Amino acid sequence: MGLHNTEYKGLLGWVDARMPTLMSEYKKHMSEYYAPKNFNFWYYFGVFAMTVLVIQIVTGIFLVMHYKPDARFAFESVEYIMRDVPGGWFIRYMHSTGASFFFIVVYLHMFRGLLYGSYRKPRELVWIFGSLIFLCLMGEAFFGYLLPWGQMSFWGAQVIVNLFGAIPLIGPDLAIWIRGDYVVSDATLNRFFSFHVIAIPLVLLALVVAHILALHDVGSNNPDGVEIKDKRDPKSGIPLDGIPFHPYYTVHDLFGLSIFLLAFFAIMFLAPEFSGYFLEWNNFTPADPLTTPPHIAPVWYFTPYYSVLRATTEDFMWVLAAGVAAYAILLFVTLRNATVKYAILIVALIMIALMIGGPLKLDPKFWGVVLMGGSVLAFFALPWIDQSPVKSMRYRPLWHTGLLILFSIVFVILGYLGTQQPTPGSTYVAQACTLLYFSFFLLMPWWSRTGEFKPVPDRVVFHAH
Amino acid sequence: MSSEAAPAPIDGDRRAALISTCVVGGVGTIAAATPFVLSFQPSERAKAAGAPVEADISGIAPGEMKTFEWQGKPVWILHRTPQMLESIKKVDGEVNDPKSERTAAGYPPTPAYAKNEFRSIKPDYLVVVGICTHLGCSPKGPFAPGTNPQLSDDDQGFVCPCHGSTFDLAGRVFKNKPAPDNLPVPPYKFLSDSVVLIGDDSKA
Repeated sequence: MGLHNTEYKGLLGWVDARMPTLMSEYKKHMSEYYAPKNFNFWYYFGVFAMTVLVIQIVTGIFLVMHYKPDARFAFESVEYIMRDVPGGWFIRYMHSTGASFFFIVVYLHMFRGLLYGSYRKPRELVWIFGSLIFLCLMGEAFFGYLLPWGQMSFWGAQVIVNLFGAIPLIGPDLAIWIRGDYVVSDATLNRFFSFHVIAIPLVLLALVVAHILALHDVGSNNPDGVEIKDKRDPKSGIPLDGIPFHPYYTVHDLFGLSIFLLAFFAIMFLAPEFSGYFLEWNNFTPADPLTTPPHIAPVWYFTPYYSVLRATTEDFMWVLAAGVAAYAILLFVTLRNATVKYAILIVALIMIALMIGGPLKLDPKFWGVVLMGGSVLAFFALPWIDQSPVKSMRYRPLWHTGLLILFSIVFVILGYLGTQQPTPGSTYVAQACTLLYFSFFLLMPWWSRTGEFKPVPDRVVFHAH
Repeated sequence: MSSEAAPAPIDGDRRAALISTCVVGGVGTIAAATPFVLSFQPSERAKAAGAPVEADISGIAPGEMKTFEWQGKPVWILHRTPQMLESIKKVDGEVNDPKSERTAAGYPPTPAYAKNEFRSIKPDYLVVVGICTHLGCSPKGPFAPGTNPQLSDDDQGFVCPCHGSTFDLAGRVFKNKPAPDNLPVPPYKFLSDSVVLIGDDSKA
């Protein structure tokens, strides 16, 4: 008959006989996916991110029903949603609060990865897909921010598109190509709308599926960084420290989710603008191509990278060039392969020439863009630059955790400075933080393997409540 | 079953057909992608929108500035006082490109009639595109001496709110700021003592 030999009865049996994929995938990813039993607080943020993704898609679908992607009507149509559409304010605030929460949740999710070495072998691909999701998210947030067509929308887009103009030779033409006009205009708004509602979400969803499939192939890491698949029940082959995702973690996550949604809706109802951090005051003024607001800053989740961009001034180029020289010498002394050594030396010399001297010198503006890009892309390298013999910070020297906390503080300081007007003093702080930020990554191959490591237990550490 | 059979010899004809199919298909794909890539360029309507603009400067009192829209960008016309012109001479050593020798990316070179101390046809009137050459914000100003902490105490000029670049009253960028170039001077000419044509400097 060609039917699958099913173990189920009734309707499910009828479906399973014809489409066994349904139940076999359900088992693989839910009822028979064995997750370590020692997940802690930090393991909530993946499911929170999924929830926010769903919130953004659902609210987005409804916003598109009332929004008009036209430079003449866009600002008004958002106000129309807020004032005249029944329930419109609820849907719009949910979408705007969701955008900020997406980044809060994703940053904490990434911090968890650094804390427990979740990106280490065999989870490199999980991390790469995750980093790509992060890039998509930044694109999605950037394109979406233009749509209300307020002052901050307009000038934010103007600055970011002009970043591409800093690329030597092709830059100015590239910026025009992206805008579809010589200034940010209706053409820009329309294409950003298309990217925001169709193109990026499709890629984002595909990446989320890849992220989860890759995770379920290798299995989840845990706070101890112990591979639970190494210790299995001899009869069933089930990891001894694993418990089925459903029902154990689905129920566990629902509890966490209820607390998360409490915080989400508290902010959404009581402080949706969040003192100008989630919705900036300037964006309540319609876009004016002739006047930049007296103080412009990106939304909080972009400000750390924005600070790095601003920190790159003419004077700072000398410090950067010295940094490149020092790093090249460090690599030259420690690497063994002669070809690689000399290649690094040549690359470093070219970089220094492009940074500080000679006819080839490129503007600090260009290097600012390079550093800003580098500060985002650095996360991709983690699986390879972390050379620690153990994954989890629990069994690494205490000062490793100290460095991670220092890095997080630097990230927050950069973020704070990015929301403020630059002054000579704050620029020095931002420059120091930029150096620390990059040192954390660039020196990781060395610092991550030094110090006294504690023995890693065979099985996960777990105390039943 | 397949493991027992010896691998079939490579059929050169089929391999050639396979490769040529891939090449033709690839060319077709690139050809089909072209209109999509081109559709990102400014439309004909956007290209046509850059007509010159007449600016009436009779109402601009000395020391005041007015903004005109040309090609969607702000163009400033600042009526400079003798004291303002004096402040420009003073900062020759503090600006990045005092003689306007560099060319801002994406703009034509500074016109010959603006390659002078005051970067203008008539010293009294500064005409510049009010778009910072760093990342395209519109600077604020002009600030009188001591009214903006980002300018040195006795300097006056413009300050970009985005990344803190500062410019003197000739639109010249101060040293060690994010912006690499002076504010661009658009093509312009005086139609009369009180009317400036922005966007056209052809001699009649």
